[in-house]
Parts: sequence; C-alpha cells; structure tokens
Amino acid sequence: MTTATTPAATWRHRHLIDVDVLTWPEFELIMRVSEEMKGILARPIRKVPALNGRRVTTLFYEASTRTRVSFEAAARNLSADVVSVSTATSSVTKGESLVDTVRTLEALGAEILVMRHAVSGAPYLAAEIFSGHVLNGGDGWHAHPTQALLDLYTMREKLGHDLRGKKVAIVGDILHSRVARSNIWSLTAAGADLWLCGPATLLRGMDRWAVAWSGGAIPGHGRFNVTSDVNAAVKDADVVMGLRIQRERMQGGLLPSLREYAARFGLTAERVALTKPGAIVMHPGPMNEGVEIAPDVAVSGRSVILDQVANGVAVRMALLYLLAGGHEATHVETVR
Amino acid sequence: MTDRQIMTGDEIRRAIVRISHEIVEKQAGTQGLALVGIQRRGVPLAQRVADAIAEHEGILLPVGALDITFYRDDLSLVAEQPMVKGTDLPFDLNGVTVVVVDDVLYTGRTVRAAMDALIDFGRPRAIRLAVLIDRGHRELPIRADHVGKNVPTSREEIVHVHVAEIDGSDEVTISRQIRTTEAAEAADR
Repeated sequence: MTTATTPAATWRHRHLIDVDVLTWPEFELIMRVSEEMKGILARPIRKVPALNGRRVTTLFYEASTRTRVSFEAAARNLSADVVSVSTATSSVTKGESLVDTVRTLEALGAEILVMRHAVSGAPYLAAEIFSGHVLNGGDGWHAHPTQALLDLYTMREKLGHDLRGKKVAIVGDILHSRVARSNIWSLTAAGADLWLCGPATLLRGMDRWAVAWSGGAIPGHGRFNVTSDVNAAVKDADVVMGLRIQRERMQGGLLPSLREYAARFGLTAERVALTKPGAIVMHPGPMNEGVEIAPDVAVSGRSVILDQVANGVAVRMALLYLLAGGHEATHVETVR
Repeated sequence: MTDRQIMTGDEIRRAIVRISHEIVEKQAGTQGLALVGIQRRGVPLAQRVADAIAEHEGILLPVGALDITFYRDDLSLVAEQPMVKGTDLPFDLNGVTVVVVDDVLYTGRTVRAAMDALIDFGRPRAIRLAVLIDRGHRELPIRADHVGKNVPTSREEIVHVHVAEIDGSDEVTISRQIRTTEAAEAADR
C-alpha cells in the first residue's frame, strides 16, 4: 500500500462512481480540499461563490434523506444552482428509461449529475451518455464513494491522519452494503487493518474478495479480514462501524430474526467495551436502533455518527468542486 | 528565459519598513488595524509588516491569512483546479481597518476576490491594500494604498517575488520568457 502523504497536485477524473479509481495521493487531495470546505462551514456565512452558476442535478431513484440533503447543501454552499429530481413524482413513473431521463436532464442544462439507483452499475451507464460529470450517490450493492470518503475523513479527524495499522471493524450486513464495498477500497488504500464481520449468510462472497486482496495482489491496497466472530472483530479496534440491517433487501431467510441478529452481532455497550480506549463508533445511517446498534451506544461519547453527517457536507463540497474544475483534456476517463 | 533582478533582499526590507510606517501614519496610530496576507506570498509579507510595526510602535497587530481560491472568477477556465492553501482569520473583522497584503498587484482580480471573501467574514470599517510590486495592467478599478515598488511591465513578462519563508531567499526578478496569458496569470497568483 502507498504511504504518500503529499496530496495529488491535480484532479483528473471526469466522474466519480467508486473510489476504486483513486490513487492514495488523490485520496489525500480530497481530504485536503474537504478540510478547507469544513473551514467554510465554520464561517459566519457558510457559502462561497466557487461554483456560481454551475448546475447540479440530483436524481435519486431510491429513498434517501441525508445523502440527498447533504449533496444539495454542499452544492448550495458552493453557490451552484440545484435541481432536484424525485423519481416518485417524475416521468420515471410513466416508464421513462434511465437513458432517456439522463438525456432529458442534460438537455435541461444539468452539468453535474448526482445519482442514486437501486441497480448496481447504473451510474456507469449514465456516465456513458452524459456529457457532464456523474457523481455516484449510491448504486445497489456496488458503491457509495462519498460515504467512504466521509468515513475516511471522520476517522482521520478523530484518530490522526495516518491510519496505517489502525484496526477498523465493520459489522453488519456486508453482503448488501455498498458502504462496506467502497470502504474496502479506501481503508485498504489507507493501510488500515480492516475487519469485516457479520453472519455467514451476510458475508457471502467476501472471503473471495479477501483472498483477491491478500498479499498486496491489488496495487496500492492492503489485505483485509473476514469473520463471523464479532468479539474478535471489535477487540482492540480503533473504529467500530455498524451497518444497517437492510430489511428491504432481506429475502430467503438470510437472518433467522432481527432479535437474534441483535443478540449475536448488535453493537452493545459490552461489545464496544472490548475496543481500544478512545475508539470511535460509526454508522452510515439510517440506524435501526436496538438491532445493529444499541441506543445508548449510538448517543455515547464514543459515537461520531453526527460528525459523519456534518463531514459529509464538506466532503461532497470538495468532490463537486474538484469535478467541476479541470479540462476534458486532463480527464483519464474516455470522453464520448 | 532571462531573469533580471529588480529588487534585492535589502530593498525588499526597506520597502516593508516604509510601508509599515505609511500604514500607521494613514490610520493615525495602530488602533483598530489588522493585516491579512493573501496566500501564499502575501502571508509572510503581512507578518513582516506586522513585525516592522511592532518594532517602531510596540504593538503587535493581528495577522491573518486568506485563501481566495473559492472566490476566483476563472475556475472553469483554468486547466487544473487550483490548490487550496488555507484561510486563518483569528480575529473579528467587524469595525476593523483591514490592510490586505499581497506580493504582486496585476489585473486586480485577486484583490477583488479577496475583498469578496473578507466581506463574507464580517464588515470591516475599511479595506486597504498594500503590495510589494505594482506591475500595472489592471482589468478592474482597483488601486493599491501602499506600494513597495512600481514596475512597468509588458503582459508577456512574469514577475517572481521570492521570500525567504517559502523560497529560501529574498528577491524580486522579472523574466522575459514568452508564455501564454493563462500560464502567466497562474504564475502571478
């Protein structure tokens, strides 16, 4: 894995669909710009004219509160004009295809398209036909790059910028989690000691990922661990991240019951007590309190869940800013 | 590329001392004064002006740093997104006379951006401008209150201000290398 501490000098991506395309200096660049954006959020006027007149459109095919509001706040803080398309009240309900919707939004002036879709890979299709920039706000089980980046930012803020060797345990429904998949890329690039933990049914396939990652097989990324032993995962951890049990994605008896899950894998005060002193508790939200995380843990002094939400705005500002700049000639992605 | 020296380290020092006297004279004292350097080379220059004022007035004025990246008017024109360098204004700007310090005054667009940024932080009583070099070619109705040296230039020339804190030595040079306007403007920021 890389150990560079100097941010990349330039941004060269036309879209950001997952963090798998980022080099470590590019992660550092995003972190550096995010820090600056966080400074803006602390000012009396939380707004700068950097993207004045640029048009950001959010297209969410799946329910979301924090991600959509966070993106829209980020765009407005940069003075961009925001158009928000809710598929429930759009022509999508009349059967309009993703391709037609994207082309229509482009004709209406969209320059940066923030999209969320239930189908993994949908943003790649949008990026193929859209002449502007696509920023993935979460697609199926595949990727949630801004969540991974805000998680990385929050960990660096609380634990120091060097995460090498820090033990990070992600506990919960790994199988359906785009948050976990994006976090694998960013945290193994950061050199963290990453543990994925959940019931065997919700870890399916992850052992193959872990094998593929082992021994530096993927340049710039370290290995990670997979286990169903929650105590082993959280023991001496620096970070414990709970993932939402996605009831809407639970079919075919993946879990005996939510109660059994809570008893065996829930982040309780007793389990959190196994972590290192000063360890932090994270959750991408929305939480099922009493299932994957105990209510008292979620509001304890260890919890940085609200810091994650606040940092999300800064990180999304940084990404909108970086994507909006630059020239086509410098983009690594092919231009249609 | 030919580099010609137009200010030595000693000349820079004397210009800073003179500017420091002018600032205090114009304000009739040091009451309600603050200095803000524009990233990057304006920041050490602002600190030097503050040190010079401290020497002859015995008062250390508050000094801040301002990054104007997010206030630029050419973000979509530059090839590479400019790197942010950090804003640190550790004092209340309301009612204060803020002296903005920068190394080179050229088109005036940086100063325009700096004024917009400052006003987002509060309502200064006045904003003044001190620069080490005024090279002309203004594109906006902006002038400096305090100037270290006026240097007539052509648009093809590039003025390099070197300060010990960043570049290891103090001097100002001018080079005659022909570059695109875009690169020249980027180099002056």
